[in-house]
Amino acid sequence: MITIHIPTPLRKFTHNAAKVTVDADSVSGAIGALIGQYPELGKHLLDTDQQIRRFVRIYVGEEDINQLSGASTQLKPGDAVSIIPAIAGGSKG
Amino acid sequence: MKIIMPQHLVKAMSAWLEEAYPHEACGFLTGRLEGATRIVEQIIPVANRSTENLRRRFVIDPLDYLRAEQQADAAGRVLLGVFHSHPDHPAVPSEHDLASAQPFFSYVIASIENGSMSAIRSYQLQHEAFTEEQFVHHKEETISL
Repeated sequence: MITIHIPTPLRKFTHNAAKVTVDADSVSGAIGALIGQYPELGKHLLDTDQQIRRFVRIYVGEEDINQLSGASTQLKPGDAVSIIPAIAGGSKG
Repeated sequence: MKIIMPQHLVKAMSAWLEEAYPHEACGFLTGRLEGATRIVEQIIPVANRSTENLRRRFVIDPLDYLRAEQQADAAGRVLLGVFHSHPDHPAVPSEHDLASAQPFFSYVIASIENGSMSAIRSYQLQHEAFTEEQFVHHKEETISL
């Protein structure tokens, strides 16, 4: 099983669950299984091309999937996947 | 919508933001929900990781986000939102703030004028635009509603 950490702003779509477990062997499989359980998460995680949205970061353990194999990154049982909103801003637009 | 922050946390947040002046600084707010009111119980200052103009930009490391959220979860608190400073600039959100804003979170913005806190305001994303919420600076350390 893979444990997925759900960020606070998206917990209203998971009945307030902070962690969801899925069966998957890749990051894309895990995200797909998560959306299968909670369809309303889909538009918040994936863009219209079904790619992970620009302001969403996915980590496996403490590694950014962009430093691994992206959505194709392989997972093994017990891995922890975290969905992390990108937090940024500043005084000039 | 209202967010209440006790005096000692306002002081701690101000000190963190003033120390970074003229750069922007940032952190997280954790606490509890009482209906539509948010009560801040802890602040978690984190580093500004922006590689652009630090006077006008802030970026939070995703791992700092994850640790703050895990810390809040473990303590039975809610990650209520983010605070950051606008050095020598009003405490109003910019287009850049809006671009990566998340639903649910409170975005507390503090204006730091010449190195001193001059205003604190808070906003929430609603229907893809910021709506101001009342920011209450509470004089007591413990808040009971």
